[in-house]
Amino acid sequence: MNSDAVLALVVITALAFDFTNGFHDTGNAMATSIATGALPPKIAVALSGVLNLVGAFLSFSVAATIASGLVQTGKVTLIVVFGGLAGGIAWNLFTWLAGIPSSSSHALIGGVVGSTIAAAGGSAVKWHGLVSKVVVPAVLSPPIAFAVAAVGTYLVYRLTRQVTNDARTHGFRWGQIGSASMVSLAHGTNDAQKTMGIITLALITHHTLHSGSKAPTWVILSCGLAISLGTYLGGWRVIRTLGKGLVEIESPQGMAAESASAAVILLSSHYGYSLSTTHVATGSILGCGFAKKGAEVRWSVAGRMATAWIFTLPSAGLVGAGGYEIAHLIGGTFGAIVLFVLLVALGSGIWLASRKTAVNSKNVNAEWTGSAGVAAADAPANA
Amino acid sequence: MSAMIIATPWIDFSALWKIIVVGLLAGAGLPALFAVGLRALNFRSGVAVSSDDAHVYGGNPAGLLVGLFCFAVVLAAIGWGIYFIVHSS
Repeated sequence: MNSDAVLALVVITALAFDFTNGFHDTGNAMATSIATGALPPKIAVALSGVLNLVGAFLSFSVAATIASGLVQTGKVTLIVVFGGLAGGIAWNLFTWLAGIPSSSSHALIGGVVGSTIAAAGGSAVKWHGLVSKVVVPAVLSPPIAFAVAAVGTYLVYRLTRQVTNDARTHGFRWGQIGSASMVSLAHGTNDAQKTMGIITLALITHHTLHSGSKAPTWVILSCGLAISLGTYLGGWRVIRTLGKGLVEIESPQGMAAESASAAVILLSSHYGYSLSTTHVATGSILGCGFAKKGAEVRWSVAGRMATAWIFTLPSAGLVGAGGYEIAHLIGGTFGAIVLFVLLVALGSGIWLASRKTAVNSKNVNAEWTGSAGVAAADAPANA
Repeated sequence: MSAMIIATPWIDFSALWKIIVVGLLAGAGLPALFAVGLRALNFRSGVAVSSDDAHVYGGNPAGLLVGLFCFAVVLAAIGWGIYFIVHSS
């Protein structure tokens, strides 16, 4: 068995996951700035992409936290990592097609846990770590972000009552750009590191690196580039749902929401919680809509998203387990190649399906009509 | 001592309340401070400003000073935030 080839496939797949992570999450930082016109869509995703790359280099203390804290690393093989990545990618692509901002981190964690269970049984999973470090923060973080954003929104409107609308909008656009940039930076630091951890784990499993090694420079660089390219591509469907679907946002709300997101994400990662940027951003956006008088919050859209969040861990886990079984039963390098081909096929299929209701930088702010997709007739020809 | 520890194995309350309090101070306080700065800059122009010169601020030196001070504090907080990212996790 040529395990070098399997390792290469795993690294490529991990970078592909990082790429989906980037475009799935662009909206967390930039949706509100795009919706209020603080930044032109293309400029917003470019800025966010660059800041994600910078963020990937800001902190080097990469531990394979996702794996080591949640599963018995001794039970992890390259194929387990591969299956986990398959689960993460599949769920990310599926939710992107549906325009649902779901957590990339949960997709990855679910996938890895699922493939670990398939490989070594439930006892190989550190359930306590999974609940206390992943599930509980996931339940608590959206309400906290909601409250912070709501207080912030109330205060900024209250304090600028006597400022003219134009001056206020103009001023807060600058605040929005600053706060959204902080979220992008935090995202690069948090999420790029998760993939770095996965690749490092694969390298350790393959004995290319010693146990406890830090991520080599090429891993940091390639992960940073993958997530920033994905961010630049812009997950317009998700951006649309976050920026237009939940609430109609004005620039003061946008700044309050992004400040709340940045504060909650940075504080939580300081305490070692693997928070989902997506959950936090969604909570913040709902909070900024709730606290402004007369603003309409589309709770049905929020409800659909919350449902998707509940299904993220188990669904990605099932795909992860399935991916592991496929590669394991066929066996060897060939099994890994089959799984890889299946993933490429899935990705291509979903991409083709997305063309029917294409969302892009031109129509991302179109009037909300109940779903993330924009009807083909309304979509510009050069989509 | 053990009676004082309120953290359970499932939820770390000691971290939770810090995240909430500091989160409110930074996440809601800084935008509020930014709003105060904006208000100060527009102190005079709060009456009637045509949309053309909506971003011409000033006219009140004290307001300008207060505004700049607020923005400086916000910028300093952002700098601290970046320092925080680099030196944690």
